[in-house]
Amino acid sequence: MTIFFERRELIVPGDLLAEGDYEPGENVYKEGDKLYATRVGLLELKDGKISVIALRSFYVPKPGDIVIGDVVDVGVSSWAVDIRAPRLAVLRATDVIGRPFRPDKMELTKILSVGDTVIAKVKAYDRTRSPVLTMGEPGLGKVRQGRVVRITPSKVPRLIGKKGSMISMLKRETGCKIVIGVNGVVLVRCKSPEDEELLVEAIEKIERESHVEGLTDRVAKMIRRRKGLASG
Amino acid sequence: MLADKPRLIDEEGRRLDGRGPADLRPVHIEVDVLANADGSAYVEQGNTKVLAAVYGPKEVHPRHLSLPDRAILRCRYHMAPFSVEQRKSPAPSRREIELSKVIREALEPALFLEYYPRTAIDVFVEVLQADGGTRCASITAASLALADAGIPMRDLVAAVAAGKVDGILVLDLTDVEDKHGEADVPLAMMPGLDRVTLFQMDGVLTPDELKECVKLAIDGCKRIYALQKEALRERFVRIRKEIEAGEVEG
Repeated sequence: MTIFFERRELIVPGDLLAEGDYEPGENVYKEGDKLYATRVGLLELKDGKISVIALRSFYVPKPGDIVIGDVVDVGVSSWAVDIRAPRLAVLRATDVIGRPFRPDKMELTKILSVGDTVIAKVKAYDRTRSPVLTMGEPGLGKVRQGRVVRITPSKVPRLIGKKGSMISMLKRETGCKIVIGVNGVVLVRCKSPEDEELLVEAIEKIERESHVEGLTDRVAKMIRRRKGLASG
Repeated sequence: MLADKPRLIDEEGRRLDGRGPADLRPVHIEVDVLANADGSAYVEQGNTKVLAAVYGPKEVHPRHLSLPDRAILRCRYHMAPFSVEQRKSPAPSRREIELSKVIREALEPALFLEYYPRTAIDVFVEVLQADGGTRCASITAASLALADAGIPMRDLVAAVAAGKVDGILVLDLTDVEDKHGEADVPLAMMPGLDRVTLFQMDGVLTPDELKECVKLAIDGCKRIYALQKEALRERFVRIRKEIEAGEVEG
């Protein structure tokens, strides 16, 4: 039983992480009793389970995820939505209007058309079929205002922070509204363009520096410094 | 062509570019060089320069090409018209189509394609300058671009050729050595797992010489592998250093 790396050490694919009776977690695979990394990331250890927190990844849908996507196609009774997953997602008209859809009575493009951005929830996905979305819940729906920022999906937990520490700090310091899609799409709504610019910069800083400790403090400092300069 | 064959190895055993038989050309690797691709890498090996870009996994078009149990990997190896001395037609040649297949098959064992059924992963390799060993440099670059795109991999794939030139077994042949030499053995492998994913030979070697070439190439792959891993880490290490330096200042 040996581990060849320390916690939070930078890992690349093919690195031999450990040998022995460990359980492979995320982005780790086991061959015999050897555990190897499959992605670039940081090592994480938790009661005999070894995983790598990816620094580069793409979004794989999970039922229950709140995602933000763009409508890319209008079908007969559904829309195709790009949620930055390996497959386009399906949003059925019945899941949007909340009652049976009558194609003869209603036109889909009146509700959503190509180019619209939506906040939706993943209803079903089993990786052999396209993910299915729904908007029949409060907080979901068409996005009418705001700005979209895209980050690597694996950094979403970092943007939220431990128990929401990062996101609540961002909201408090900038006074903006933030909606985070698990697929790495972030919607920000601010009172002034200056706040918006600052928040976007902060999010980009979080994405860039997420592998270095003390991130929340660094970002808070940066926002305060910039705000101080702006008001002074 | 054989009539004006240059002398490839001098009395002291040095090659035309001053290398010893088992030396690699200087290797320079950069990762994440393109903003529009999901992952990318640039590899220079002596005068050979290749750029690789990766997209996916994504929806397959046309749909009928998709597989119900795994992702498909598609590769395009292409030489830029200015990559060789005489302008090369940009249309894919027979050789490029074959190399695309060879590169795909060298990369496939490293990927968990079964994780993403009915999707496609696209790899584009552009040879910017060719001076021998382009298929190997392409594999080295493509595997880094795949890692950069966040596609799960069993291991990185490193590749290099060995061969026989003027009766001497050498590593990492240049274009002249390849053209005028006796044999060329390109080899790609996953060094961490000790598995070979590409093994070709062109020319004439005795069985013992072939074994020796394989040894040379495996040794070369391991050296390139170390450089690949360093290049993947480099960006993150740089950001960390920048922050630490900034904290000392502030």
